[in-house]
Amino acid sequence: MAKKRVVSTTINGKAVELLCEPRQTLLEVLRDNLDLTGTKEGCSNGNCGACTVLMNGRPVVSCLVLAMEAEGATLETIEGVAKGGDLDPIQQAFLENAALQCGICTPGFIMSTKALLAENPNPTEQEARFYLAGNLCRCTGYDKIIRAVLDSAQRRLSTQAAAQGGNHSS
Amino acid sequence: MRDFDYSAPTSVAEAVRLLNQNPGAGRPMSGGTDLIDQIRLGRHQPDLVVDIKRIPELNILELSSRGLRLGSAVPCCRIYGDPGISADYAALVDSARIIGGIQIQSRASVGGNLCNSGPAADSIPSLIALGARAVIAGPSGMREVPVEEFCTGPGKNILQRGEVLVELRFPPRAPHSGSHYRRFIPRNEMDIAVVSVGAVVELEANGDKIRSARIALGAVGPTPLYAREASQILVGKTPGPEAFDLAAKAAQAITTPIDDMRGTKEFRRHVAGVLVHRALEECVQRARKLA
Amino acid sequence: MSTANNDLRNTNGQSKYKVIGTRPVRHDGVDKVTGRARYGADIHPSGLLYGVVLRSPHAHARIRAIDVSKAAALPGVRAIVTNKDLQDPGNRVVELGEGAVNLRHLNHNVLAADKVYYRGHAVAAVAADSIHIAEQAAALIGVDYEVLPCVTDVQAAMDPKAPLLHADLVTDELGKMGSRPSNIAKHFRFEKGDVATGFAKSKVVVEREFKTATVHQGYIEPQNATVMWNADDHITVWCSTQGSFTVRQQVAELVGVPISNVKVVPMEIGGGFGGKIRVYLEPIAAVLSRKSGAPVKVVMSRADVFEATGPTPGSYMKLKLGVDASGMITAGEASIAFESGGFPGSPVGAAAMCVFACYEVPNGKIDGYDVVVNRPQMSAYRAPGATQAAFALETVVDEICEQLKIDPVEFRLKNSAKEGTRRVDGPVFPKIGMYESVLAARDSDHYRTPLTGKFRGRGVASGFWFNIGLKSCCTATVNADGKVSLVEGSTDIGGSRTSIAMQLAETLGISAEDVVPAVVDTDSVGYTDVTGGSRVTFATGWAAYEAARDIQRQMVLRAAQVWERKPEELKYVDGGVSGPNGLRMNFQQLAAEVQKHGEPVVGRGAVDPEGCGGAFATHVVDVEVDPDTGKVEILRYTATQDVGTAIHPSYVEGQIQGGVVQGIGWALNEEYFYDNQGVMRNSTFLDYRMPTALDLPMIDPVIVEVPNPGHPYGVRGVGEVPIVPPPAAIANAIYHAVGVRMQELPMSPPRLLKQILAKKN
Repeated sequence: MAKKRVVSTTINGKAVELLCEPRQTLLEVLRDNLDLTGTKEGCSNGNCGACTVLMNGRPVVSCLVLAMEAEGATLETIEGVAKGGDLDPIQQAFLENAALQCGICTPGFIMSTKALLAENPNPTEQEARFYLAGNLCRCTGYDKIIRAVLDSAQRRLSTQAAAQGGNHSS
Repeated sequence: MRDFDYSAPTSVAEAVRLLNQNPGAGRPMSGGTDLIDQIRLGRHQPDLVVDIKRIPELNILELSSRGLRLGSAVPCCRIYGDPGISADYAALVDSARIIGGIQIQSRASVGGNLCNSGPAADSIPSLIALGARAVIAGPSGMREVPVEEFCTGPGKNILQRGEVLVELRFPPRAPHSGSHYRRFIPRNEMDIAVVSVGAVVELEANGDKIRSARIALGAVGPTPLYAREASQILVGKTPGPEAFDLAAKAAQAITTPIDDMRGTKEFRRHVAGVLVHRALEECVQRARKLA
Repeated sequence: MSTANNDLRNTNGQSKYKVIGTRPVRHDGVDKVTGRARYGADIHPSGLLYGVVLRSPHAHARIRAIDVSKAAALPGVRAIVTNKDLQDPGNRVVELGEGAVNLRHLNHNVLAADKVYYRGHAVAAVAADSIHIAEQAAALIGVDYEVLPCVTDVQAAMDPKAPLLHADLVTDELGKMGSRPSNIAKHFRFEKGDVATGFAKSKVVVEREFKTATVHQGYIEPQNATVMWNADDHITVWCSTQGSFTVRQQVAELVGVPISNVKVVPMEIGGGFGGKIRVYLEPIAAVLSRKSGAPVKVVMSRADVFEATGPTPGSYMKLKLGVDASGMITAGEASIAFESGGFPGSPVGAAAMCVFACYEVPNGKIDGYDVVVNRPQMSAYRAPGATQAAFALETVVDEICEQLKIDPVEFRLKNSAKEGTRRVDGPVFPKIGMYESVLAARDSDHYRTPLTGKFRGRGVASGFWFNIGLKSCCTATVNADGKVSLVEGSTDIGGSRTSIAMQLAETLGISAEDVVPAVVDTDSVGYTDVTGGSRVTFATGWAAYEAARDIQRQMVLRAAQVWERKPEELKYVDGGVSGPNGLRMNFQQLAAEVQKHGEPVVGRGAVDPEGCGGAFATHVVDVEVDPDTGKVEILRYTATQDVGTAIHPSYVEGQIQGGVVQGIGWALNEEYFYDNQGVMRNSTFLDYRMPTALDLPMIDPVIVEVPNPGHPYGVRGVGEVPIVPPPAAIANAIYHAVGVRMQELPMSPPRLLKQILAKKN
């Protein structure tokens, strides 16, 4: 068996050191070594998006990332999206738009949505659908998810506008 | 998953050394989006995975008057961000945008897509059409191979033991030319191409006639195909349905499609013709817009 | 159990409800959007071992011998099991809640005994210190197979010369057992009136043949089970399931312990749609745990989910419909053959019951065939059997409408099944909403908007699914702060714990937020049947209603004690108890009182209700077809459905939208693709093509409420019927777009293009 190695990485803002085998995927290590089970396994070959995390700000399917590759990287998982006790506007929007039924795809969608809005703060419906094509949902038919994503965008924009408005001197 | 060791060299020389040392047992990994699944399925059984993403030369993305240099480890998402590349190498960007979904594009590289050498690979028809050349480093030094000669069969290519693809080099875009990659898939994303076409069309300065063209086909043969006759038949013709039809028929003639779970022979042959039409039309439109 | 309380419904349709019909945020929502919710594979008991199942590479083979010696010698391997480690339950049939199951077949399906019947059939399993060691060990198990010829097509399997799967399977031929072995397990028939007479009265008769492919429920979460077999033979099972009590029963039967020795702890579940009712992994994990003395977790890979769980049958159908000059149906005849997989027991019976159910059919004859083939054991998938049947019937209806020049919506209104209509298989409908769902389709903005453009077409189709009642239990405890803890046993796949909490809240006159619902294990709540059959909001909601009524009674008694009044002088009303001379305590005050003096107030509900209504839906879809490639784009989709009463409209809409999209996938691209060795070639989400977000427009649900008189709040099940009309609606739309009638599912581009080109030439 190949020797286990220490991987130093940052997960949700915290420095983490893991001991893992080269053949372990990032998904496996998150779930089994670190008990960060919010990231889900759906297919293990990158076709469903349930294992989506952000790696250096970009959405990746963690089932197709070797844990070794996380060395020196900055990772964000669903567990890090809410800040303190406050839900992120994306999480709030998903809840209020009833954008989840069984909820298994929800962490993946939230991570992809986070990446989408960082890149494109005001996407159209088609842009949102294109960006999220790599996240499968079998329960909702996507309708309420897309509404939640567009709603998230509006919430974030108005929070930003409010913050900026507060900083202007009239 | 099979047990393997992992190494992340920081130089080309080191990568070559690692790949050369174990007989056939080392494999380079770029984005890993094909390789990791293949190891899991037992299709590849490396003892050593050589992660090439930390090698600076393989991360080059450089557009200049001499053309485009695309390091083999550059992920797709870096390619489509660049407006210069989007204008001059549109087909490449078309491909990069639709390999898998967003998550795959964060990791997968065009170089890796080429080295995976799938007959339906989304980038290869574009690479062929754009006249790209593969720059390879190995134990005996460097060599260059035109992309249309790179793949030799499904999953097979001309890379020898110890060799690693360093970069792809593209000639500068000819003035009055436009390129496009188009594929047929049953859904709108996330599918392997059932048929695909990559094309470049160069018009005369007055835009009335076709000066040159390169058409490449994917998923209709054991490797992506350069449709030489279809490309040459367009020279001197007026761009339009008649000329495109000649090209489409010539292209269909070189296809050897199979029946599989993604399509039938007849379907692939028919749609290859349809896509040649549509791709050429788009190339001409782009050529005119950029002129 | 009390009868339906009509006082709660207002006759002029205005909602008197305070909670029902609102859209509170679901109680489990925060956990699910933060990743805290624990699904079946998320649990890690201490000392956990990992199990891997070895599966047959062959579609049909005899097992000559299994050699585990090399595997057992691998360091880190803690246990290896085969079918010998399970208990033979005998040749018995039990009700699982969405169909009956033969326990011996179940036993043989979980781990093959002397034969394997499909590629992927489980043969042995290993538990080891890590998943990687377990995988290596499984690969070291040597199985000596005698490969046999296989048959994977239902028509081919019905041929007397086909390879036989079971030497002891004879056909139950219309109630008489046959003498020769066959792959046809059962042939049954329903009849009403006389079809020959009926067809003789028709002006138009259309008869067509149809084929549909095997499809999978496609839940994103693979099956999983973690089991600890304690030294005292008490077993704890953590798994994602639609029915914790049915898992308890199945596990107990298959491993040979009394059911009360098995505690099933249902974790959150990532989708089921009927596919997570039968067990696959739980008994395996249990016997691995017994042998190793440690908890064992087994999770399926996605390929295993496709190849070795329970997809839903492909079919071969013939359908004949006769209609008279005035557009009334005179006769209907159907022959439906379903693949049942390696063992008998497909939902062909349900298909036969549904096929003509939307209409008044005076003369009918339906023949159904349950046929074994070398594919995985077929299972329920959301209205099992009805989608295939509707594809056949609703496209024939469309053809007839075209021939007679009748608008398809008018045809459905004319012929609609109503209260008092007798189905061909016998039952008479109570008050139902078929007519209303068609009206809603006709009056929808979608249907009233003309469709323009080349290669575009509009299709309409209706569908039916029965909903079931079955048993549910609830316990509700009043807390000192006036909130109520509600404990129930229906695993929550889509927000049902909230719909149940809302019914309790409505009855007590408190807010939904003041109810704290929990889905608990089989030791903590009374027997509750599966989350399936569109029954949870109906039956478990009823149990919650009963528990609330029980609390009301106890609160009245407590108030009577406090005020020193007779209970008959007091009334529970408006969320509290009122009495003469302005005596009044609201729920919170009562709760505080309860805490101060006397026994706690705990409400109980245990129901097995009759009175469930059937569900009807009518869908309208606009498509555009690319005539050069056969690709179909869904432009607009409207789904009307009679839901009885929409307890939580967002989740009712969600059920409709989700079912529609599954139906769209079934219609356009989903299928099991087999090679001639009986191997499924597309067992990945790459090539088993389910719709992505980019493949769809928004889906418009139109909720029609014809309250079910058989339920305190008028609830009908909603979850299943949405998947029934889409393939037919889309087929009809394709016809109106490019003039081609599709008779095979899926209507994938290669198939559609072939028909388009054939029509051109």
